[in-house]
Amino acid sequence: MKIMKFKYFSINLISLWLIALATIPLLLILITSFLAHDDSHLILWHFTLSNYVYFFHPIYFKILWLSLKLSVNCTILCLLIGYPAAFIIARSHGSLKNLFLLLMIIPFWTSSLIRTYAILTILKTKGLLNSALLALGIIHHPIQLIYTNTAVLVAVVYNLLPFMIFPLYSNIEKLDTRLLDAARDLGAGKIKIFKAIILPLTMPGIMAGTLLVFLPAMTLFYIPVLVGGAKSLLLGNLVESQFLEMHNWPGGAATSIVLTLFMLLLIFIYTRFARGKQRQELL
Amino acid sequence: MQRATTIKLAFSLAKGTATMMQKYLQNFYLTLVYIFLYLPIVVIICFSFNISSHSLLWHGFTWHWYHVLFHDSDLAWVVVHSLTIGLLAASFGTLLGTLAAVSLFRYQFFGKSFLNGLLFILIIIPDLVFGIALLLFFTSIHLSLGFWTLLLAHITFCIPFVFVTVSSRMGILNKHFIEAGRDLGASEITIFKRILIPLLAPAILVGWLLSFTLSFDDVVISYFVTGPSFEILPLKIYSMIRLGVKPEINALCSVLLVFTLIIIVTASHFMKNPKSKNGKQHV
Repeated sequence: MKIMKFKYFSINLISLWLIALATIPLLLILITSFLAHDDSHLILWHFTLSNYVYFFHPIYFKILWLSLKLSVNCTILCLLIGYPAAFIIARSHGSLKNLFLLLMIIPFWTSSLIRTYAILTILKTKGLLNSALLALGIIHHPIQLIYTNTAVLVAVVYNLLPFMIFPLYSNIEKLDTRLLDAARDLGAGKIKIFKAIILPLTMPGIMAGTLLVFLPAMTLFYIPVLVGGAKSLLLGNLVESQFLEMHNWPGGAATSIVLTLFMLLLIFIYTRFARGKQRQELL
Repeated sequence: MQRATTIKLAFSLAKGTATMMQKYLQNFYLTLVYIFLYLPIVVIICFSFNISSHSLLWHGFTWHWYHVLFHDSDLAWVVVHSLTIGLLAASFGTLLGTLAAVSLFRYQFFGKSFLNGLLFILIIIPDLVFGIALLLFFTSIHLSLGFWTLLLAHITFCIPFVFVTVSSRMGILNKHFIEAGRDLGASEITIFKRILIPLLAPAILVGWLLSFTLSFDDVVISYFVTGPSFEILPLKIYSMIRLGVKPEINALCSVLLVFTLIIIVTASHFMKNPKSKNGKQHV
């Protein structure tokens, strides 16, 4: 059966690769999160639930709470800024639309680190924003922008906004405008049209955007490091320090599992909204 | 009669002005969003030419920082490292991602939906979680962190992106070409090489370009899976920014921004207009 050789070769190759370098590593996190550790061993083969129990310790709980709050704020801000923008892009025509799209693709694929550095130069004490406000006479001495939680929020929104706009755009673009005409002919007002037709139909896009924004907002650990804010504002920073500073790998693994649970919850909600093939809209 | 026409005319004029106003408001809003996204980047590029690097005031034009940059031999090695990893990871990732797209599209086999789900999860999963998963895996098989671990990690995270790009092109492919090939006695490998690869070429190229960008810019996963022996550019930039802003960072980031810009514009050129080249027009 020489004909079938290619088929089995390619299926086996890709399956083996993904099992070895994706499935097994991800399962390792789950296993490690139930193990113990001590000062001389990164991991001890001893089953324990203590890594998860720790999570209800007030310090960790506070980090989880702050992290969730920041993620929710970031997602809402991205949605509020991004939805109208995606709508306008989807409703524009011809070469203007292509230009709008290209201008949105570029930040989407540009290094997030460099973009964080860029927003840092704006927010710095001697940065552009302070200088502009001073020059305009709105403020009289530079205000402290970096090393605040607001700065982290601004930087995270700046980083993730394109990730909200894209899924929204591809969803809104497919919206059947005849439905809107029909509603208008039947006498529905603008608000009613939005609430009864546009919003439900674009819900998959909203969920897809939320999926791409909510989790990264918690895990982009270098943003708080560079822009400032509370030292361990994000779950991402907690995982990073558990792994590389505290050498508490099981603890870090447990934190990642909590992150993964959020991810599974979001995927579950998302698949309820977008049945079938719309997964690909994510990109 | 005259009056009625005048009123009608005035009415439609008013309506026209209202739509015009709305259009202007929309474009104004979109412009604000783009200013938010692009201003920081433009500021970096402008100040990479400023004689005084620490002040926001314009002290005059200079190529000095670029001169410093291009004569930094340590940095040159780091760039070589990043380019090597980027080229290799993009090439292998594209090969595996294309095979995955073709296999999952054409064949039925045990574990197909599992692979599909896994690829979806790899896109959604926070880089941080995947990074520590790989760290745990490489540590547990005693692979020392460096070039090889970095390469394996980068290939793996490129696969799902190529998969999505190629699959979406596959969906609009004219299936008669494949059937005709099979009727004429082509084996699976011949169909792959002579029919699918040429038809999918633009998508494969886009997948490669995007993979290269992803690999070249990745911070989070690389942070966990590389060792001190093999330094790459994003991590170098990260430590440069953390240690305090050196003047040539602006120049370095500007070079990288332009580099990414070229890749993105090329990729979006090939992404556009899938109908013209792949034979779909004959349907």
